Amino acid sequence: MTLNRPLSPHLSIHKKVLTAVFSIFHRVTGICLSLGAILFSFWTILIALGPNYYSKFQTLSSLIIFKIFLFIWTLTIFYHLYNGIRYLFWSYGKMMNLSIVYKSSYAVIVLSILSTVLVWFFI
Amino acid sequence: MVEFTLPTNSKVKKGINHPVKEVSKKPKKVLIYRWNPEGQDNPRLDSYEIDLNNCGPMVLDALMKIKNETDSSLTFRRSCREGVCGSCAMNIDGVNTLACLKPIEEVNGEIRIYPLPHMPVIKDLVPDLSKAYEQLVSIKPWLQRSNKNSNAATSISEEKKQTPKDREKLDGQWECVLCFCCTTSCPSYWWNSDEYLGPAVLMQAARWVNDSRDSERKNRLKAVNDSMKLFRCHSIMNCIRSCPKGLNPAKAIADLKKAIVTEL
Repeated sequence: MTLNRPLSPHLSIHKKVLTAVFSIFHRVTGICLSLGAILFSFWTILIALGPNYYSKFQTLSSLIIFKIFLFIWTLTIFYHLYNGIRYLFWSYGKMMNLSIVYKSSYAVIVLSILSTVLVWFFI
Repeated sequence: MVEFTLPTNSKVKKGINHPVKEVSKKPKKVLIYRWNPEGQDNPRLDSYEIDLNNCGPMVLDALMKIKNETDSSLTFRRSCREGVCGSCAMNIDGVNTLACLKPIEEVNGEIRIYPLPHMPVIKDLVPDLSKAYEQLVSIKPWLQRSNKNSNAATSISEEKKQTPKDREKLDGQWECVLCFCCTTSCPSYWWNSDEYLGPAVLMQAARWVNDSRDSERKNRLKAVNDSMKLFRCHSIMNCIRSCPKGLNPAKAIADLKKAIVTEL
């Protein structure tokens, strides 16, 4: 006899709770950063190849869409950095109380936005 | 295996609107996941309407009212109705909790009730927990005493004493009622339930690891020191978010990982 039992719904019905959202964004930003690292190495190769090649990059980098992309990438770096620091504390079993987890989540958002703005407009 | 979509036999279809029997002053819509093992149909989402003026305060009261008055075929587990037995675990308003501890008032708008996520369904809101129970047995949730250092005859009858301080180490772990709200809220468990033990079982592992009367601490740690069994926990912490008893399985797991690094 086959039971043919259905699987109860999961992702589609579970609330997008903050804890899970921060976790999946940590992964997404991690993947973005590793892709960004490849682009970064292309950039250094272009520098090494000389001004002819680098000027091609400069025409690309002057585009507003490139600036936006770079801005989001900066945000990604800081999010991954600050959230990563939380993971270090968690590895020691610290800051794992739910209310502290929530507060530190908001702190990660605020700090990453502040740091990104600081890097872009004040440095 | 990560599979974001449901298998074809599990897709939830539109269900029946059960007619309202009484004129209610304070109506509340309740949407409930239904699946009957006797038919060949897919699961469906039925809608009921209840009068809150004639209903107890908790979601479990609403379920019992529906079963008693509207649809006796509605199936769910319940027993103590006060958060001690862990039977009425289900997904209410998107978060796993015990229906008996969840006030109806906390839910804005219609109440959506599903069985615990990513589990085989036996009927309606009753999930098959046998895999989770098997995993619980695998961590040997009982006191183990070796007789190596003492006389075997006396050690059996010997009283197993524990200082209040050692007893305190079990606080926050012994209170677990094994409702598996945490385990079934964990995305890591959804994708790896065949090997990953899940928060509820790992917290029980920690409960026995931390028991001063148990002599198998090292062996227990060795048994869970496994990339799949324990280290599929990525500190997502949905477990703390959904525990209806306010416990902290993520912390228990973090401490297990720490003990493995420092003691083994």
